[in-house]
Amino acid sequence: MISHPRFYWGETGNVNTRPLFTLPIPASRATVPTGYGYVMPDQNGWSRYLHFEAAWALVLTGLVYGIAGVWTGHFRKNLIPERGSRSWRAYRERIARYLRRAPPDAREARSYNVLQRTAYLAAIFILFPMMIWTGLALSPAFDSAVPAAVNWLGGRQSARSLHLFVSWALVLFLAVHVTMVAISGFRSRMRAMITGRATETEERA
Amino acid sequence: MSSFSRRKLMTTGIAAAAGVAGLAAADRLARRYGLIPPDGGGIYGPGETLTYGAQRLLTAHSLAREFPRGMISKTPFANPTDAPSEEFKRLQSGGFVDWRLTVDGMVKRPMALSIADLRGMAVRSQITEVVCEEGWSYIAEWIGTPLHEVLSAVGVLPQARYIVYYSIQKGWWDSIDMADAIHPQTLLSWGMNDGDLPVRFGGPLRMRVPRQLAYKSLKYTVHLTATDSLKRFGKGLGSVSPEVGYSWYAGM
Repeated sequence: MISHPRFYWGETGNVNTRPLFTLPIPASRATVPTGYGYVMPDQNGWSRYLHFEAAWALVLTGLVYGIAGVWTGHFRKNLIPERGSRSWRAYRERIARYLRRAPPDAREARSYNVLQRTAYLAAIFILFPMMIWTGLALSPAFDSAVPAAVNWLGGRQSARSLHLFVSWALVLFLAVHVTMVAISGFRSRMRAMITGRATETEERA
Repeated sequence: MSSFSRRKLMTTGIAAAAGVAGLAAADRLARRYGLIPPDGGGIYGPGETLTYGAQRLLTAHSLAREFPRGMISKTPFANPTDAPSEEFKRLQSGGFVDWRLTVDGMVKRPMALSIADLRGMAVRSQITEVVCEEGWSYIAEWIGTPLHEVLSAVGVLPQARYIVYYSIQKGWWDSIDMADAIHPQTLLSWGMNDGDLPVRFGGPLRMRVPRQLAYKSLKYTVHLTATDSLKRFGKGLGSVSPEVGYSWYAGM
């Protein structure tokens, strides 16, 4: 991203072609015209190693999480919206409650509401798979085995741009998630996440 | 705290021990089947080994995507290289007639081949994408002699596991495993888009490895060595890339 902050659509793209958009940052390569007259230090080597090792950590923990989620019924019980709230009205009502800044009711203190469930499902079943897919599509060796991985995304440079967009969406999800955790009581939420159980006397900060 | 029982602790311990034993067995198998990259040590070693091992198992024979002629980039880009050496300038002024590719190491018949010799061997042309690790790319037609033709001409020994290749530019060298070396699309390319390969793009002779990032496609290739181990080359990491921080295997 820093070595070439220009992004393209389609199969190919380089400094001689028109970008889709350019990130307003200096590049770590002197060959990229950024207009800043400054070349960032090159940290690509180790950051690539770290990136791909982190990708494996994501895929392997994701597999364990996915299998466990189906096996234990976590997705079905806790994440798929409850039967009574699978309607636009349920979404509208929950958004209205947020806007009124109404505290969660007794049921919600121990379970996710429809907006939370939808956000989690989107992150787990859309954003993370898209992150992995668009990333794999950037591998020339993987594409040789599975050309559809990149062709269905509209080409290599489209896949690269999508990889960036999806990463932004995940960062946004993380920011909202951490903000909500902080608002609803950081210590009690962390304890619940680590031990897997919410205390009976759930404090609200 | 009753959930953290002794039984749970014991089963967790047994599972962890089984995991460690499994990893050790996997490591031995991976070594036997050549699935550990030369830069597979250190804190980034596990990720690198998983990528290389997985891709060697899944993509050993697959072909890089080829494109229709209409998709050839009209404005390809080439990263600038170091200023050419005196030797390069001398060869260039002679129209590269005296350019030689020497092939040695674990081969039956070491050879020195001119560009004309290479052109006289089998020719393959393919329209593939050049993908830089920086993120940009272009499509071009690459014309050249498949590396496997040269390897069979010199009679590469069955023990050879890697081909090390050198640029005429001091300090630039790289290597690929035999899966990529005998791959039909791995070319010693001397032509691009129906003409001679321009110097800017690595002419007169460039190793083209289309299933890996373009930094594996070494410009100005003059020397090949077949070897069974990369330990004796440079710092033993397989190429100059890991020595400056970039991974040896660049199939990603």
